[in-house]
Amino acid sequence: MSQLSQKRAPIYEALEEFKKMRVVPFDVPGHKRGRGNPELAELLGEKCVSMDVNSMKPLDNLCHPVSVIRDAERLAAEAFHAAHAFLMVGGTTSAVQSMILSVVKRGEKIILPRNVHRSVMGAMVLCGAVPVYVNPECDARLGIPLGMSVSAVEEAIRKNPDAKAVLVNNPTYYGICSDIKRITQLAHQNGMLCLADEAHGTHFYFGEGLPLSAMDAGADMAAVSMHKSGGSLTQSSLLLIGPAMQEGHVRQIINLTQTTSGSYLLLSSLDISRRNLALRGKETFEKVKELAEYARGEINAIGGYYAFSRELVNGDSIFDFDVTKLSVNTLDIGLAGIEVYDLLRDEYDIQIEFGDLGNILAYVSIGDRMREIERLVSALSEIRRRFAKSGADLMEQEYIDPEVAVSPQEAFYAETESLPIEETAGRICSEFVMCYPPGIPILAPGERITRPILDYIAYAKEKGCSMTGPEDPGIERLNVLKGD
Amino acid sequence: MEFWFSERHTPNVKFSIRVDRQLFSGQSELQRIDVFDSPEFGRFLVLDGYMMLTEKDEFIYHEMITHVPLAVHPHVKDVLVIGAGDGGVIRELTRYPDIERIDMVEIDPMVVEVCRKYLPQTAYKLDDPRVSIYYADGLKFVRSCNDQYDLIIVDSTDPFGPGEGLFTREFYGNCYKALHDDGIMVNQHESPFYNEDAIACQRAHKRIVESFPISRVYQAHIPTYPSGHWLFGFASKKYHPLKDLDDKRWNARGLSCGYYTTMLHKGAFYVPAYVEELLKDVEHEY
Repeated sequence: MSQLSQKRAPIYEALEEFKKMRVVPFDVPGHKRGRGNPELAELLGEKCVSMDVNSMKPLDNLCHPVSVIRDAERLAAEAFHAAHAFLMVGGTTSAVQSMILSVVKRGEKIILPRNVHRSVMGAMVLCGAVPVYVNPECDARLGIPLGMSVSAVEEAIRKNPDAKAVLVNNPTYYGICSDIKRITQLAHQNGMLCLADEAHGTHFYFGEGLPLSAMDAGADMAAVSMHKSGGSLTQSSLLLIGPAMQEGHVRQIINLTQTTSGSYLLLSSLDISRRNLALRGKETFEKVKELAEYARGEINAIGGYYAFSRELVNGDSIFDFDVTKLSVNTLDIGLAGIEVYDLLRDEYDIQIEFGDLGNILAYVSIGDRMREIERLVSALSEIRRRFAKSGADLMEQEYIDPEVAVSPQEAFYAETESLPIEETAGRICSEFVMCYPPGIPILAPGERITRPILDYIAYAKEKGCSMTGPEDPGIERLNVLKGD
Repeated sequence: MEFWFSERHTPNVKFSIRVDRQLFSGQSELQRIDVFDSPEFGRFLVLDGYMMLTEKDEFIYHEMITHVPLAVHPHVKDVLVIGAGDGGVIRELTRYPDIERIDMVEIDPMVVEVCRKYLPQTAYKLDDPRVSIYYADGLKFVRSCNDQYDLIIVDSTDPFGPGEGLFTREFYGNCYKALHDDGIMVNQHESPFYNEDAIACQRAHKRIVESFPISRVYQAHIPTYPSGHWLFGFASKKYHPLKDLDDKRWNARGLSCGYYTTMLHKGAFYVPAYVEELLKDVEHEY
């Protein structure tokens, strides 16, 4: 192959080449270029199903890449300033879990903010690590969890010198960043690794005037959702590592849980998206920033809504803010974020990313045009005109400090009993309770259930948040540890 | 020489006009704009491949979208026109001396420029002193308007492409807010005939019904539009399109029209059974 450069897309090129060879398939997948499933071929298009092929010599193998996938990974690593990049096909959940499984084992500690994604908790159930939570400060007006202050991380490190790693959200779902550079330095000074959940931060690597990326901050690993701001297909993701990590070890960990039939639709979408980002990312995100800034100005001009931005930056728990995130506080029009979220969908055919108790997040990206932004702004203006109330009865979303009674793994596998939720105060929970999105746990296995937590769950349910996690889908009952 | 303009009215139906020559072709930031001369329909304007108007039959559309509300509302002074870059609606409006202000909001300056040059038949009143032209997104413009118009005419393109925002609930709601308490909104309402158009037509009706207390649909026969059977929406806060029609007052104005009469006005609201059903389907909840 000719010289590798960011203008190349090795997996995509190999697929194009492969198509020309007109190989007769006596291998999986059994739909054989869609011929065996005409309805699917009709739905997805012939081109798409004909690219859904299996690993083979000309196309490399995701479990042990030696040719085109290896080249695509090298290009991705270069584009993201990483020592190595792994193409992931199990979502950023799988990237986050591989990251955690790579650095902590049973009984070992990891320092992390409470507002981590559920995938982090899942990883701890799998490996038996023990979470040490840092209280992400909470903004009283907005009711959202912020970043970790450096002093809070320092304190956690001082109290837990045996911890193996610190995990940072870069940024949070709402676009808020901690001082990842300083936190990485602190971790390294104390012999710990620094990991970053960059599910919402792909664009940091390419745009200008955006928060610092994990790799540029010197972090050791980062899970990057290419399918969010990067434009690749849903479920495709990247895991980045710095020079201190061993590529071979991380690959072994990934192969524990990742499929051996990696989808070439996902892989090629990662390859093409990486090329787009490397070649045109700067201009693209400039445009996204402009759209988001414009929308923020217009939404703030409606009155009642607060589309927040960099004015929140306080040098610590809000070290930086990602201006591409269009987060809007709705409490002053007397509606919960989730209510505005539902109204946008039901009344105006507009689907936004999420609504929590006090805020909504509209995801602005690479694919947006001004005319869609105008629709969103106009719909918000209409919602205020038609539905605004006085906001007296709205409860604010608050940080509830979790009490970790036993490790998530121990609780998850312990003997449990099912109780009506009202009778569970004081007991240790064995399951997750999440408000989705954003998928941040209200309760995780091993945590003590308290009155404020139960009140919060009841309120979120009443407001129509989608609650997930427990065995009982209605969340009338919870599983708790027997006899604690 | 065989030189034809063809437009697909459905994937299986094509409409063609023999062309004499092409006068203009250009690409604006938003769309492709073409102007042709034809032996049958005279000069015609095409946006993104869709026929917008021909010299021969534009009078039908422009008269019907303008005179119907003006024969109902007793004192129209302030008018907002969305779209209408060809100037046809403006031409009809300027025939009313008691209209004081006409704000026209067109998203694409090139459409106006091209029509001024090639379609004086519709564009020649754009310089009337009562007319102010704003080059802006209609949805955005109307968002900041409150209680300031007697009449809004939505002369949009189709509900896909740049005109999409003008078929939304948020737009109709914003129009409601922009009108005085006795205001009327009239809109281009697509055709009920071909399946895909009918769905768009029904959706638009649903959203208007949700936004205005009075919402009726009326029809006209426009030879160059898909199926030839075209609808307009009449949405109003107070006046009923038939009960409040003041034919004496309108006829006293002595405006001569090629299509509109106050007699036809009444008939236009009596739509075919299948159209009634299409519309009723989305009305019953309100």
